[in-house]
Amino acid sequence: MFDIDKWQEIFSTIRKNKLRTILTGFSVAWGIFMLIILLGSGYGLENGVKREFTGDAVNYLSINAGITSMPYKGLSPGRRLRFTNEEKKELGSLEGVDKSSGRSAVWANNTLSYKNEYGNFDIFAVSPDYKFVESLIILNGRYLNKIDEDDYRKVVVLGRLVDEALFKGEDPLGKYIKVSGVPFKVIGTFDDPGGDRDLTRIYIPLSTAQRVFNMGNYVGSILLNLGDADVEESLEMIEVIKQDLSEKMKFDPTDPRAIFVYNSIEQYRTFMNLFSNIRLFIWIIGIGTIIAGIVGVSNIMMIVVKERTKEIGIRKSMGATPWSIISLILQESILITGFAGYIGLVMGVGLLELLSNVLPATDYFANPEVNIQIAVYATLLLVISGALAGFVPARKAASVKPVVALRDE
Amino acid sequence: MITLKNLHKSYEVGQNKLHVLKGFDLSIEKGELVSIMGSSGSGKSTLLNIIGLLDTYDEGELILDGDLIRNYSDSKLRNLNERKAAHLRNATIGFVFQSFNLISFKNAKENVALPLYYQGVGRKKRNRMAMEFLEKMGLEEWAEHLPNELSGGQKQRIAIARALISKPKIILADEPTGALDSSTSMEVMELFKEINQSGITVIIVTHENDISRETERIIRLKDGLIEKNIKNGFHKSPAEKPKILQTA
Ligand SMILES: Nc1ncnc2c1ncn2[C@@H]1O[C@H](COP(=O)(O)OP(=O)(O)OP(=O)(O)O)[C@@H](O)[C@H]1O
Ligand SMILES: [Mg+2]
Repeated sequence: MFDIDKWQEIFSTIRKNKLRTILTGFSVAWGIFMLIILLGSGYGLENGVKREFTGDAVNYLSINAGITSMPYKGLSPGRRLRFTNEEKKELGSLEGVDKSSGRSAVWANNTLSYKNEYGNFDIFAVSPDYKFVESLIILNGRYLNKIDEDDYRKVVVLGRLVDEALFKGEDPLGKYIKVSGVPFKVIGTFDDPGGDRDLTRIYIPLSTAQRVFNMGNYVGSILLNLGDADVEESLEMIEVIKQDLSEKMKFDPTDPRAIFVYNSIEQYRTFMNLFSNIRLFIWIIGIGTIIAGIVGVSNIMMIVVKERTKEIGIRKSMGATPWSIISLILQESILITGFAGYIGLVMGVGLLELLSNVLPATDYFANPEVNIQIAVYATLLLVISGALAGFVPARKAASVKPVVALRDE
Repeated sequence: MITLKNLHKSYEVGQNKLHVLKGFDLSIEKGELVSIMGSSGSGKSTLLNIIGLLDTYDEGELILDGDLIRNYSDSKLRNLNERKAAHLRNATIGFVFQSFNLISFKNAKENVALPLYYQGVGRKKRNRMAMEFLEKMGLEEWAEHLPNELSGGQKQRIAIARALISKPKIILADEPTGALDSSTSMEVMELFKEINQSGITVIIVTHENDISRETERIIRLKDGLIEKNIKNGFHKSPAEKPKILQTA
């Protein structure tokens, strides 16, 4: 196959037929370039949305109490419902619930201070098992544990940005900060891949907060981890929960405003479906682009062969065998499509790199990237189909009687 | 060198068949210089193309340099015969066409060197030989020029150099001077005579008496058959014969 003489023959033909070469090359390079941009941006979209999920569990329900909108057993609507430790315990003991935790926002006076540094941050009072809902990366020290909760300890875990704001590089562990004027001991700091918003928080034990900040035995939200339950199981569980709570808290289980449940399992599935739709869409367009490329290359090859009929006749009258004619045309086509495909590949990947460096990552678009293997396969596919597209007319032209080919004008 | 026996060739024209060669018999010896004449449409080009394996025939026999050429359109033998035909075109036959048939994007030297490429001769040797042949034609200055930068006479001499470079046994020329003025025609004819004197069989199709007068034998076609087959007394005195043999 590797015959220097033949390649020289091909290169000299290419050099002397620049327009034809550029046209073929352009359509291939463009096809590959578009495909890569397409695949890359699809991936970027997916990355962006996926980032929203990172760090958060996808198997939990978050249950919030609302205001009744329907009468129930003689009780009039418009009643405000509030969870207490009791409901939290009750729901935690349901079958199918893996872990349960409570979360309350401390609204009182959310000023934090350390020595002369002050700042307003979100104060979350949570149970230790809350770590299974919002997975945090502990940078220093530790997270809240059961002893903290049981002993009503005044301990606090700081988000990275809170730590930076208050301590300015000083080691925070073991130091006391004032939370609404009450001193809490810092036992750890954390990072969260979910984004900056989650890093301006501090976590304190729920039991401590109820006692220190006069929150009685109330709990803001109840969070339940459901192990590896699927969507159907989670929906059934929500029904069970509503029934259960409706008896305890006296509201109509069909009341849409009494209880709000955020179902991360269902939400996750929705996004996964969205992704697979996006992927399908991208594949359809991608395959369309490739087919357009193939058609383009085939057309050009057909024209090329037609254009070269007379030349083929001359070559045959000089003693060229049919196969030498076919391989001359095919190797030229493979060389051009291969090279152009490579250019398209490099340009597409280059543009994606540029975009991912220049564009800030947002919630909807982050790190556009392309699966190089797919891109290489696509290029190969174009090269092979270009060759196939050239093969049929080339074989036809090569088997034509020289006298017929020579007559061609 | 070339023998045709009862050769038939017809073209399909729509529904009809146009019978062009009707049982053609002809024999041409090695080293002959023959011209073929006849009115337009009498089948001269058809005959030459069949001899040169550029076209197929329907019936009869063609023997080229001792090889019986089977009809290579016979589908069973096609691949084999195509290869064999390609080999014969390359090694045995050299073509010169009225319209030159140079490859337009190749320069003079590359055009001349092309048959050697198909003989598997290396690039350096190819180029050296091409230059040699261009020099013989007095065209060495034009080696790097493309065909469209050359005059008709120059193009035809390049085509002749290309036909000669593979050292063929037979040169077939279809109206080689048809596109040239009369003085250039005579120069080209001188070339053919020199070629013939080196021992190569030369067959020239022509309309011009000035050209055919210079050949040893004139074959005149009419209606797909030989009308006249004349030994040309004009051409050479017997005294000249030894000279041909010397250079052969
Ligand atoms: N491919 C073809 N299809 C149909 N008819 C053809 C074909 N080629 C030649 N003919 C016909 O065959 C006959 C002989 O043609 P040919 O080209 O051999 O003539 P010629 O003697 O070379 O004529 P000229 O002197 O004009 O070149 C003509 O009548 C021509 O019309
Ligand atoms: Mg003719």
